[in-house]
Amino acid sequence: MSETSGQQHPVGVYLKVWILLFVLSTFSYLVDFYHVEGYLRWTLILIFMALKAGFILAIFMHVAWERLALKYVLFVPLSAVAILILLMAIEGDYTFLTRETFFDQ
Amino acid sequence: MIIETDTSTTYTDPGVDGMVSDWSADRQAFDLPWGKLMMWIFLLSDTFIFSVFLTGYMNVRMSQTAVWPNPSEVFALEVFGTHMPLILIAIMTFVLITSSGTMAMAVNYAYNGDRRKTAILMGATALLGASFVGMQAFEWTKLIEEGVRPWGNPMGAAQFGSAFFMITGFHGLHVTAGVIYLSIVARKVARGDYEEKGYAIVEITGLYWHFVDLVWVFIFAFFYLW
Repeated sequence: MSETSGQQHPVGVYLKVWILLFVLSTFSYLVDFYHVEGYLRWTLILIFMALKAGFILAIFMHVAWERLALKYVLFVPLSAVAILILLMAIEGDYTFLTRETFFDQ
Repeated sequence: MIIETDTSTTYTDPGVDGMVSDWSADRQAFDLPWGKLMMWIFLLSDTFIFSVFLTGYMNVRMSQTAVWPNPSEVFALEVFGTHMPLILIAIMTFVLITSSGTMAMAVNYAYNGDRRKTAILMGATALLGASFVGMQAFEWTKLIEEGVRPWGNPMGAAQFGSAFFMITGFHGLHVTAGVIYLSIVARKVARGDYEEKGYAIVEITGLYWHFVDLVWVFIFAFFYLW
């Protein structure tokens, strides 16, 4: 690939994503503002977070238009992070139960 | 013996077949300027750093038995006599998203060869980034005055302070570095330093800046809203 050609896309797509990110951020703020609690809160927070992260990556960072070779380099290593999160969640839960059992008044 | 390079499928095949041909052909595997690939590799390593911070935060928050301070209240402000939960954090989020938008525009104008608009938009991005850091400094000052320390705080679980200062501090450091990076590249764009080399550098700087915004999306969700 020549060093001069790069990712060029119509301005419209950036503007649309920009507005969308504003709307999604407002929604996630409103989740807190209206004191949505319980599972609905976690679900909404995670959905808005995933959508925002997805649009930033796909459109602003141009991942949607990149070759699969690069996508694999970026996303396969993250499976290690997923395993770490899983292990630390199990371990955190265990520590909590242990503390509840042995250190409670 | 002459090995003929198959050029019929140069970075055009879609999907997994395309990836196999990218890797197996007698040419570079990635269809990117090297600087852009190196930025991606750096961002991948940075992803691991922030992932480990957030995972550590998840672990201490799950395992502590004391009450976790409610971020909605800790970061609330009185605005014109009205009690607004998380308002400063919401403004910081909007400032960062706006800066991502101006950065995306800068990349667009750079490839269109409009040096003036590119430099102005990158400057605007840097200014928005600087105001983000300013608001973060205000937030830190407020919390320190309220007695939040890395080893304890008056509101509840001691781990709150260490997680807060570590995660937002490291993110703020990235924003600060980004502001300096943007300013340097914007100045060089304005001077015309990249007229011969091409404007991939603006896209590379943009990748870093969008990444900072991306990390904030996760911090906002997991630390402030959770």
